[in-house]
Amino acid sequence: MSLSTAVKEGDQISPRQVIKLDATGTYYKDLNREIRSLAQAGARKFEIHNVYGQRYLGTNLWGIKDRDKIRLKIFGTPGSDMGAFMDGPTLEVIGNAQDATGNTMNCGRIIVHGSAGDVLGYGMRGGEIYVRGNVGYRVGIHMKEYMDKIPTVVIGGTMQDFFGEYMAGGRIIVLNKFFQGNPPIRQSYFIGTGMHGGSIYVRGDVEAHQIGAEVGISEPTDDEWKIIERYVANFCSVFGLEKNQVKLLKREKFWRLYAKSKRPYGRLYAY
Amino acid sequence: MLTSLLPEFTVERNEDRCIQCRVCERQCSFDVYGYDGDHDVMVHREENCVACQRCAVLCPTNALNISNNNYTYKPNANWTREHIQDLKKQAETGGVLLTGMGCDKPHKIYWDHILINASQVTNPSIDPLREPMELRTFLGRKPDHLEMKDGKLKRMDTPSVQLTTPIMFGAMSYGAISYNSFSSLARAAYEYGTLFNTGEGGWPKELRKYGKATIVQCASGRFGIDLDYFNDAAVVEIKIGQGAKPGIGGHLPGEKVSEHISQTRMIPEGSDAISPAPHHDIYSIEDLQMLIHALKEATDYRMPVSVKISAVHNAPAIASGMVRAGADIIVLDGLRGGTGAAPKILRDNVGIPIELALAAVDTRLRNEGVRNWASLVVSGGIRNSADVFKAIALGADAVYIGTPALMALGCTVCQKCYTGKCAWGITTQDPYLTKRVNPEIGTRSLVNLLRAWSLEIKELLGCGGINSIESVRGNRLQLRGIGLEQWELDTLGIRGAGQ
Ligand code: SF4
Ligand code: SF4
Repeated sequence: MSLSTAVKEGDQISPRQVIKLDATGTYYKDLNREIRSLAQAGARKFEIHNVYGQRYLGTNLWGIKDRDKIRLKIFGTPGSDMGAFMDGPTLEVIGNAQDATGNTMNCGRIIVHGSAGDVLGYGMRGGEIYVRGNVGYRVGIHMKEYMDKIPTVVIGGTMQDFFGEYMAGGRIIVLNKFFQGNPPIRQSYFIGTGMHGGSIYVRGDVEAHQIGAEVGISEPTDDEWKIIERYVANFCSVFGLEKNQVKLLKREKFWRLYAKSKRPYGRLYAY
Repeated sequence: MLTSLLPEFTVERNEDRCIQCRVCERQCSFDVYGYDGDHDVMVHREENCVACQRCAVLCPTNALNISNNNYTYKPNANWTREHIQDLKKQAETGGVLLTGMGCDKPHKIYWDHILINASQVTNPSIDPLREPMELRTFLGRKPDHLEMKDGKLKRMDTPSVQLTTPIMFGAMSYGAISYNSFSSLARAAYEYGTLFNTGEGGWPKELRKYGKATIVQCASGRFGIDLDYFNDAAVVEIKIGQGAKPGIGGHLPGEKVSEHISQTRMIPEGSDAISPAPHHDIYSIEDLQMLIHALKEATDYRMPVSVKISAVHNAPAIASGMVRAGADIIVLDGLRGGTGAAPKILRDNVGIPIELALAAVDTRLRNEGVRNWASLVVSGGIRNSADVFKAIALGADAVYIGTPALMALGCTVCQKCYTGKCAWGITTQDPYLTKRVNPEIGTRSLVNLLRAWSLEIKELLGCGGINSIESVRGNRLQLRGIGLEQWELDTLGIRGAGQ
């Protein structure tokens, strides 16, 4: 392990300084503790190299002042639950992410330059996730929103089955490889089963047999187009894509999936 | 109104005593009473009565008598009245039957088949009024061995929490119960030095001052969760299952999601709060391990992480996995565990009695040499201090009580919690009804209950010549069975009375 020398109590680190850590062979608990103590000492910009499966990056930063200014640039493959319960920081992965990225995340930003695994954004309550590649199964389950906290996920590639199940709020935008030459894609199934809030916007065709019985399907309204364009513009900017490509989106077919009822299980019981 | 049902209860009014004060009419939230001004008499819609006894208790002249009604179908051991009525209800509505509170079926109650030992001659019994008795209990992982450094005991690096008595208030969410009931539980736990459990409905900000007496839940719906929610508490509990409805999720209907509940759960007002059946990030013991450690990271390893499951057939194997996954506390909720709302068919048929599950889990963890890795908490069917004592002797570190705590607040176990009309003001959000629980009085009653049970446990310890609850933990020699078959004695790990 070659973490930077441990900071002593009272040490001050300039928020502008870029802290470089080499995570080779470091246990996740030690790595996350190190990041926490550096952040407590004032560090805000991190570059973490040789990340191989360390879990829970970004989780252990509770109670740190200005934690929304903390930025972790992660090189390698972070482990599962990256950004779980995260509340403010920005994580950028130059590589792929594993499962449960942004689990029950509250606030902050996650950017994955590769693909991400299953259960991304489970129970997510705020913040933004951008994945340039594909995502796995069970993504966006039970996302929810409250007042001005509307979690948003943008996926550049494709999704697998059980997408957005029990979704109660928030938005997910799936570009289905629009920026990757638009090849034919695999259909996914059981989209939005039990959905009772929020919206999913999918580019390309979605057929009735792919979606849950609780899901309605329509074209996005003009206001929703504005939201899609705003977040796709963010997507382009975080991944260094030409911003004016967003305009091309307008020619594409998008479907909006929404909850037919806020009370999918209303008529199930005898009183 | 269902047309084909007989009223369950009879409302009898002694007209000589009745003064037409209309208290019953105001108190009954099930719309049984009306006043007929023309004839100056009270009228009854008996079919609505749930036998909560609110009216009878508050009637100033004791004019009311609520009893089982005498109508009967032809007696039939197979088709009982309950089966017939349930079936007719379903034929009219086509729905899943809902119910509240714990299973009321006559499954064997093992507590009533277990007897406690006392000292005679060979070791003296102890008078708890004269001598100190220790009920203090620590929950959390215990070390495999003790280490000394410079002649001093090295501190454990695993977090634990201290209770003054091994009795805690089990998970009941704000939403399932009223704010006054919820805050009474918080205050009483804080005052007495034990813990209450928020359930999965979030934790109002103004109650965070009772943080050191609070267990917060992380359930599949992830309501009201942020990093403050975890870090303000003393213990974080992952709720996998609940004894009253193992394997299914929860559902707080939109009409109960008022403004304050919506703030607490962090969901829009009036929207359904649906908890999926499983946590969709937990499909295996390995996944559980991942969430346990995510919570430890989120709280910087400062507090124990608990995992609650319902007592099911293979609970011992699951518990073994939970302990290895890093749970510091494991909670088993038995067949008779209560609920605010559950499908009746599940409540009454799924799961196993807590006594058997507890003994089996404790035995398994001991045999595997990992019993000290986690504390064991049980719930679901604890009715009095002797049940607590027996649970501890069977191997529990502490118990959760739910129904007994609500009874201290007024509940009469009418099982109508799911209607949201609780006449005692507990499992309701109707402001007219919730006023019926005064948080000052509620707190007092709960503290009284904890005190009374603790005193009784001390008496039980004293009669056995034991001065610390720690010496009873897993001490099954203190127990004997009566009216049990050999397999039951074997599972409980106790001998028969007289043996
Ligand atoms: S429901 Fe309760 S308050 Fe109403 S009549 Fe029956 S016992 Fe009395
Ligand atoms: S909480 Fe209220 S509704 Fe539920 S059983 Fe007790 S008295 Fe009846």
